[in-house]
Amino acid sequence: MDKENVKKDLFVPAQKDEEKSEQINRPSLSFWQDAWIRLRKNGGAIFGMVTLVLLTLLAIFAPMLTSHGLDDQDLGLSRMPPKVQGLENFQWLGLDGKKSETFEADSVEEAKDLALARFSQDDFSYIEFDVKAEGDGSEDSAEVKAYYDPYADKQVEEYFWFGTDTLGRDLFTRVWIGTRISLMIALIAALIDMLVGVAYGGISGYFGGRVDNIMQRIIEVLVGIPNLVVVILMIMILDPGITAIIIALTITGWTGMARIVRGQVLKLKNQEFVLASQTLGSSNTRILTKHLIPNTVGMIIINTMFTIPNAIFFEAFLSFIGLGLQAPDASLGTLINDGFKALQINPHIMIFPAIVMSLIMIGFNILADGLRDALDPKMRE
Amino acid sequence: MAKYILKRIGYMLITLFIIATFSFILMKMLPGSPLTAEEKVTEAQREIILEKYGLNDPIPVQYVRYLGNLAQGDLGVSFQMKNQSVTDILMSRAPVSAELGFWALIVGTSLGMLLGLIAAIRQNSWMDYGSNIISVIGISIPSFIFAGLMQFYIGVELELLPIAFWGTPQQAIMPVIALAIFPMAISARFLRTEMIEVLGSDYIVTAKAKGVSKFAIIFKHGLRNALIPLITVMGPMAVSLMTGTLVIEKIFSIPGIGEQFVNSVTTNDFSIIMGTTLFFAFLFIVIILIIDILYGIIDPRIRLAGGKD
Repeated sequence: MDKENVKKDLFVPAQKDEEKSEQINRPSLSFWQDAWIRLRKNGGAIFGMVTLVLLTLLAIFAPMLTSHGLDDQDLGLSRMPPKVQGLENFQWLGLDGKKSETFEADSVEEAKDLALARFSQDDFSYIEFDVKAEGDGSEDSAEVKAYYDPYADKQVEEYFWFGTDTLGRDLFTRVWIGTRISLMIALIAALIDMLVGVAYGGISGYFGGRVDNIMQRIIEVLVGIPNLVVVILMIMILDPGITAIIIALTITGWTGMARIVRGQVLKLKNQEFVLASQTLGSSNTRILTKHLIPNTVGMIIINTMFTIPNAIFFEAFLSFIGLGLQAPDASLGTLINDGFKALQINPHIMIFPAIVMSLIMIGFNILADGLRDALDPKMRE
Repeated sequence: MAKYILKRIGYMLITLFIIATFSFILMKMLPGSPLTAEEKVTEAQREIILEKYGLNDPIPVQYVRYLGNLAQGDLGVSFQMKNQSVTDILMSRAPVSAELGFWALIVGTSLGMLLGLIAAIRQNSWMDYGSNIISVIGISIPSFIFAGLMQFYIGVELELLPIAFWGTPQQAIMPVIALAIFPMAISARFLRTEMIEVLGSDYIVTAKAKGVSKFAIIFKHGLRNALIPLITVMGPMAVSLMTGTLVIEKIFSIPGIGEQFVNSVTTNDFSIIMGTTLFFAFLFIVIILIIDILYGIIDPRIRLAGGKD
């Protein structure tokens, strides 16, 4: 359309409308809707959330998929490598149900004999070879890679998705039950931290004065005691087990939450809505639980989300140094620790729990980062 | 300033006193006694032994003596290893752990600073995202998983590095890297945030306006100011190095305090466990105190804010 065609009568003057100028065009969003919109845009956080949901579902339902129990031992089927239907032909995935190892000797024949001895076989019916170097007779010049198929050897029809451990227990079952226990310990510990921390911080901040002074001095001393030290000391007097770990984790764990909630309450308690509520005769309990705490929920959630991976780490750490769960109970920490003992020859025993643990930790950390950005825009980097 | 330092030292002493008292009570509450296993000991011999170690005295007397010994750095005698005092064992092993921790700290923070700096300068580029991914992974995945994976793939499969023990530089590479990952991740992330904030501030704009070179802006004006708050993450780093040495030394069979501790857990050598725990507590509290005082000196606002609480 060129200039001449634009006629004046194409334009209609806008009507000044008092009512419309006040109209709100977009739907009003609550704090949570707003936070959700921000969180949704954060790809990492969504990835973390999906990962965690999937892992949680697996931890709940996966052990039901197998006929094995947590402690069903079958020494005849110990150290079976992982084998998954449909993935058997992709050798590089390592889920083909074969054990592979490289042997070096002066000649190919000698290297093959080493493989026989290594897998305790009499003949080559269950071993395939891949000759890497023919060798010229000098020392260790020949190199063969041997693939041993224990599933064919032991005539096992079943597929152990994650393989079995040194006692012949199904690792798939153990890993997911271990995940369940690790998650449970972390969630309970985080919940207790949250309850104690919110109550302590709320009371300390709201009442202020001498109450606050005394409560803060106590916290200052507690914060000075390293978590590691408390956890180790507590574990030593309590009988090892889930309860002991939870108590050890929570005994000083709540201080971080208490400090954050106190800070928030101090900031909020002089605002007008609190004054209004006080004027209307609300009790202190009501003001704290109905006005102050709900306004700090964002911070509480963020802090809890960082507590959970920390608790999972400490549980695994304790199990790893021998102060955690005792056999036959399994957690991710004990499974990784067991895996270490067989790492050189049967890496699958450690790798599966290690992968699950890493995914959980990454999931919680990036989700927590995302939530922090979504719930507390002021803190955004 | 003097008042602040005194106050902090006061808190440190209270904390140490509480930890010491707590561990004394624990020692008394533990089932059994150091003599439980010695069934052949006659009643008279038992009396002599108990007398020798002062275990017949009333609890308060034992407690005061215990505190006195602690104040002099005497942590008692090992239950399992004959005639070895816990202090001697710890002191003979401390240098190895210190060396491991020192190198991990140096490697970790310098790599982390490099990553953080690159991420801040090239904000929202692939380098920034790469650096972010590395730091999330580094913060999330425990060092023992890294250590195990490295030991298997680099040590066992590829046979590039020795998988255990301590002494040669090659043996140090894997444990130092495993331990350095957390300090690296946390300093990378922290420096990135600080650096972005500093680079957006007015004095950087002024520097740019008067034609200061990009190099000078980043290193002289930017980095120097961004580094100061890095002191605050030294606390978490110290904790991670201590928990880290426990597991890393066990995995790589490094003869440090951590390995001793884990072995003592398996042999129920309570005096060593307690001694190490107290030693760690002391070390940790002193490190935090130094960090806080340093920070108070560098940035007086922190001290004032702390005083108002």
